[in-house]
Amino acid sequence: MLLISCPYCGPRAETEFRNGGEAGIVRPTRSAEMSDGEWANYVFTRTNPKGRFHERWCHVQGCGRWFTAVRDTVSDDFEGFHKVGEPVPENGR
Amino acid sequence: MTRFSIFSLAKNAMTGHSKWPEYWRSPEPKPAYDVVIIGGGGHGLATAYYLAKVHKITNVAVIERGWLGGGNTGRNTTICRSNYLYDESAALYDHAMKLWEGLSTELNYNVMFSQRGVMMLAHNIHDMQVTRRTIHANRLNGVDNELLTPEQAKEFCPPLNISKDIRYPVMGAALQRRGGTARHDAVAWGYARGADSMGVDIIQNCEVTGIRVEQGRAVGVETSRGFIKAGRIGCVAAGHSSVVASMAGIQLPLESFPLQALVSEPVKPAFPCVVMSNTIHAYISQSDKGELVIGAGTDQFISYSQRGGMQIIEHTLEAILELFPMFSRMRMLRSWGGIVDVTPDRSPIIGKTPVENFFINCGWGTGGFKATPGSGHVFAHTLATGEPHPINAPFGLERFVNGRLIDEAAAAAVAH
Ligand SMILES: Cc1cc2nc3c(=O)[nH]c(=O)nc-3n(C[C@H](O)[C@H](O)[C@H](O)COP(=O)(O)OP(=O)(O)OC[C@H]3O[C@@H](n4cnc5c(N)ncnc54)[C@H](O)[C@@H]3O)c2cc1C
Ligand SMILES: [Zn+2]
Repeated sequence: MLLISCPYCGPRAETEFRNGGEAGIVRPTRSAEMSDGEWANYVFTRTNPKGRFHERWCHVQGCGRWFTAVRDTVSDDFEGFHKVGEPVPENGR
Repeated sequence: MTRFSIFSLAKNAMTGHSKWPEYWRSPEPKPAYDVVIIGGGGHGLATAYYLAKVHKITNVAVIERGWLGGGNTGRNTTICRSNYLYDESAALYDHAMKLWEGLSTELNYNVMFSQRGVMMLAHNIHDMQVTRRTIHANRLNGVDNELLTPEQAKEFCPPLNISKDIRYPVMGAALQRRGGTARHDAVAWGYARGADSMGVDIIQNCEVTGIRVEQGRAVGVETSRGFIKAGRIGCVAAGHSSVVASMAGIQLPLESFPLQALVSEPVKPAFPCVVMSNTIHAYISQSDKGELVIGAGTDQFISYSQRGGMQIIEHTLEAILELFPMFSRMRMLRSWGGIVDVTPDRSPIIGKTPVENFFINCGWGTGGFKATPGSGHVFAHTLATGEPHPINAPFGLERFVNGRLIDEAAAAAVAH
């Protein structure tokens, strides 16, 4: 089980959190002009990297807030936790 | 290839079983092949076998970075069934089921396919409605599946607790009698042996590190043992499909999660069939060695760690013990994880990619072992002809663009 540091509440057990998948996927604003392929890309395609990964977590059993974590998907070690709106160190995407 | 028979067994008994030949060669990679298959799991090996057997394409290499079947093929709980809801899935998985039924004979190798029946439990009104709907759909597709009352379920599987007082009482069950289990690594070995005997090169301990693409066409693979030219490339890398596809510049609708299983100490035969419950998430069978084979769920986050959290196992064992209290004192011997590649609709992706000559067979997620023979058969057709077989045509990458999803995710939530 992971030990996750909520940036609002501090370190808690993983079971208090819900994972929200890849972070930094921005909903397109000019949807009317987009092709089906671009939509599919936004809705379904994920980087799924083996290595450094930006992901979202929600502290559902605690403060209920969303934040971003940077984790290595091979070792599962966290590099950092960031509040919404805080700058997050560069990601591939 | 020595054919296994009562005579070869007797003959080799004379020499103390010390003269059996190796199952397959360990050749040096050739500079070029007509087809290179990335991934020596069951699906990749079955693909090579049917390429050689059905399509007479034998200048083929299977490239495996570890050892054969060391991926999910050797890590799964071996449940085989074909009672999927949608027509496309029923066609695909029942195609596999029919091949399973003759596989030991076909391969002259005992894959220990055992049609002991797979029973899926229903614990609430919604489960019962879904179960009935699935059974009707299966029957319309010619796939056997029948509804059992709790009493009939207990008759079929005596250890089952059908008390009304448990947290999620059993309200009924769906039974596919043709379903069952197979010996997982024997499937890999049997296909490898068969493919090798027809001239396929099986290259272990060789990692694909790059895909060479020229003007939108894949022309070969970079490996830890040098560049290998390929007419066509089939990527069958399960949990690592995203990693391999990204070498060709392709991003896929996949997420990789750790999925765990565990086995108990071996005991005498006590459990006659396979029982699954999607609702409280437990599935269990007993291997021929006598171990209880128990499958747990996936972690909630993507990972390539091949471990998985302890709380996931605990959760599964709680469910198992409620359904089968007689196992409360069993000791668990081992647990492990495999990395499964999950698609948004929980159906596999088998077909072409935007890169010419680069084909994928992935996204089998938590439930692809049962499909091994069928998957290899239709993917071999795809690689041989450049076009999908009618059975895998609906499973192309295009479905995520045109919206024709095969949404087994909504149909079953989880399934193995
Ligand atoms: C715990 C667990 C329980 C499961 N239970 C069931 C079940 O009961 N029933 C069921 O139907 N399914 C089940 N599954 C799913 C099933 O195991 C898989 O869907 C299936 O085995 C996938 O087969 P495969 O041949 O594609 O994958 P694998 O056997 O994983 O083969 C892929 C191979 O590709 C190799 N590879 C990866 N990257 C590279 C590279 N760069 N170069 C060279 N080689 C590479 C890997 O080493 C691996 O050997 C389970 C899975 C797990 C983990
Ligand atoms: Zn919090």
